[in-house]
Amino acid sequence: MRLWWNKIWPPLVAVLFLLGIWQLSTSLFEIEKWILPSPINIAREVLTESSRLWEHTLATVKLTGIGFTIGTSVGLLIAIVLHSIPFLKSALYPLLILSQNVPTIALAPLLMIWFGFGLLPKIIVITLVCFFPVAIAMMSGLRQTDPIMLSYMRMIGASKRQIFVKLELPHALPSIFSGIKIAATYSVMGAVIAEWIGSDKGIGYYMMLQKSSYRTDRVFIAISIIVMLSLTMFAIIALLEKWFVRWNRRQES
Amino acid sequence: MLESPIQQYPNIRGEVTSVAPALKVTDIHKSFNRRQQGLPVLKGVSLTVEQGEFVSIVGPSGCGKSTLFHIVGGLVQPDSGKVWMNGHEVTGERGHISFMPQQPALFPWRTIEDNVILAQEVKGISKREARRDARKWIAKVGLSGFEEAYPHMLSGGMQQRASFLRALLSPEELMCLDEPFSALDALTRSDMQRWLLDIWEENRRSVLLITHNIEEALLLSNRIYVFSSRPGTVLQEIAVPFPRPRREEITEDPTFLALKRDLSNWMKEEQHKMQILR
Repeated sequence: MRLWWNKIWPPLVAVLFLLGIWQLSTSLFEIEKWILPSPINIAREVLTESSRLWEHTLATVKLTGIGFTIGTSVGLLIAIVLHSIPFLKSALYPLLILSQNVPTIALAPLLMIWFGFGLLPKIIVITLVCFFPVAIAMMSGLRQTDPIMLSYMRMIGASKRQIFVKLELPHALPSIFSGIKIAATYSVMGAVIAEWIGSDKGIGYYMMLQKSSYRTDRVFIAISIIVMLSLTMFAIIALLEKWFVRWNRRQES
Repeated sequence: MLESPIQQYPNIRGEVTSVAPALKVTDIHKSFNRRQQGLPVLKGVSLTVEQGEFVSIVGPSGCGKSTLFHIVGGLVQPDSGKVWMNGHEVTGERGHISFMPQQPALFPWRTIEDNVILAQEVKGISKREARRDARKWIAKVGLSGFEEAYPHMLSGGMQQRASFLRALLSPEELMCLDEPFSALDALTRSDMQRWLLDIWEENRRSVLLITHNIEEALLLSNRIYVFSSRPGTVLQEIAVPFPRPRREEITEDPTFLALKRDLSNWMKEEQHKMQILR
């Protein structure tokens, strides 16, 4: 517990210090509220908006959850298939990278045109940003399987399936988790972008609405909620990792 | 009916499995292609491991010992020659041996208990059944208290014990040990040799051991095959005359020392030939 506190207080002090400077400078230089609201202004606005915020946050959490689950599953599946069929890997790997060069913000409106304003295009957007880090991390994890252990498994006559389940998959777990961690934070971003383009609820929608009426304070609220959601997603995955990869030496020291 | 000249040996579970040799390798040739040129690695290697016999292969490094193991394990197809186990031809077939590699190759995400049952798991034996056996054996090989530990918490010698136990618990009769102690320091190594001697004399599994260490081969084996430098052939076959159970004191016996000297000389000669060839 003490160790935890020792780690947490320096960044906490830094954040509080920055907030203090922010607060002081807004009153000192008399900055207009619609340009830069003070932290206290923002905090006060949270209270008056709380019920509406809660609704929108819930919608975003739901969308993020569904999108993240599907996106990560697609990533894992792609990695497994491409790993077991080398020909497919050499054929599709460039396409995978290409898929990441198309900017999401440009693709999202197209998806709305093709698939309407329902859940489907939003999930496609999140899947597109989520699957890539998972698939790439897992494939490199699978490729780096310890050659000595691999040759041991072959010598004792393990089947391809046994080698995958008993050796390659557990060996790749740390890499898979680092990919999923990136996907977790991306998924929140993906959800917000999807809500910008076409939605009537969610934090992304709320943010767009407030921006167009110059409610900078509320935009700040939306930003902080997005940051907190990303952090929460990251923390959940980190906890899962700690549970699944508890044998890892690096984690203990 | 012909009477089999081969004695029957009970295996680890006290059952007599077969009267045919545990391993019989006949006239194995193998070369690898390197830069359009055939590089002969094994040239007419034949050897036998009887049921319950401890056989060693010694030879200079790069004499094709590891290739021979890969052929026995079915990973590499020989250019010609056959591999027989318990009277069946198994050339190029995998899954007929139990194996202990040079490095322990324990899986870091498995506890010691789960590591030693891996070979049984791969053979389709249920985890529960395998674990019951494992508990008893872990204590026997001096690893009790480490059942739930992960491999990195163990010393090098203890890891090799776990690796050996994994091979011992495999249902396959023939154990192939590939320089199992070469990565250990001298003290731990002689410790492990004594330990292996005790364990083996209790169980009498059929063992094929690859080693560089002449003393190790003499101390442990019933017979020793001396390999030439590349391309590998069998230069000598030596029956080690000491009775079982053996004590470590035999290493000071004059016969032991004479054999050791002869073997060292052969090895040096072969190593020398190899250097000239390069």
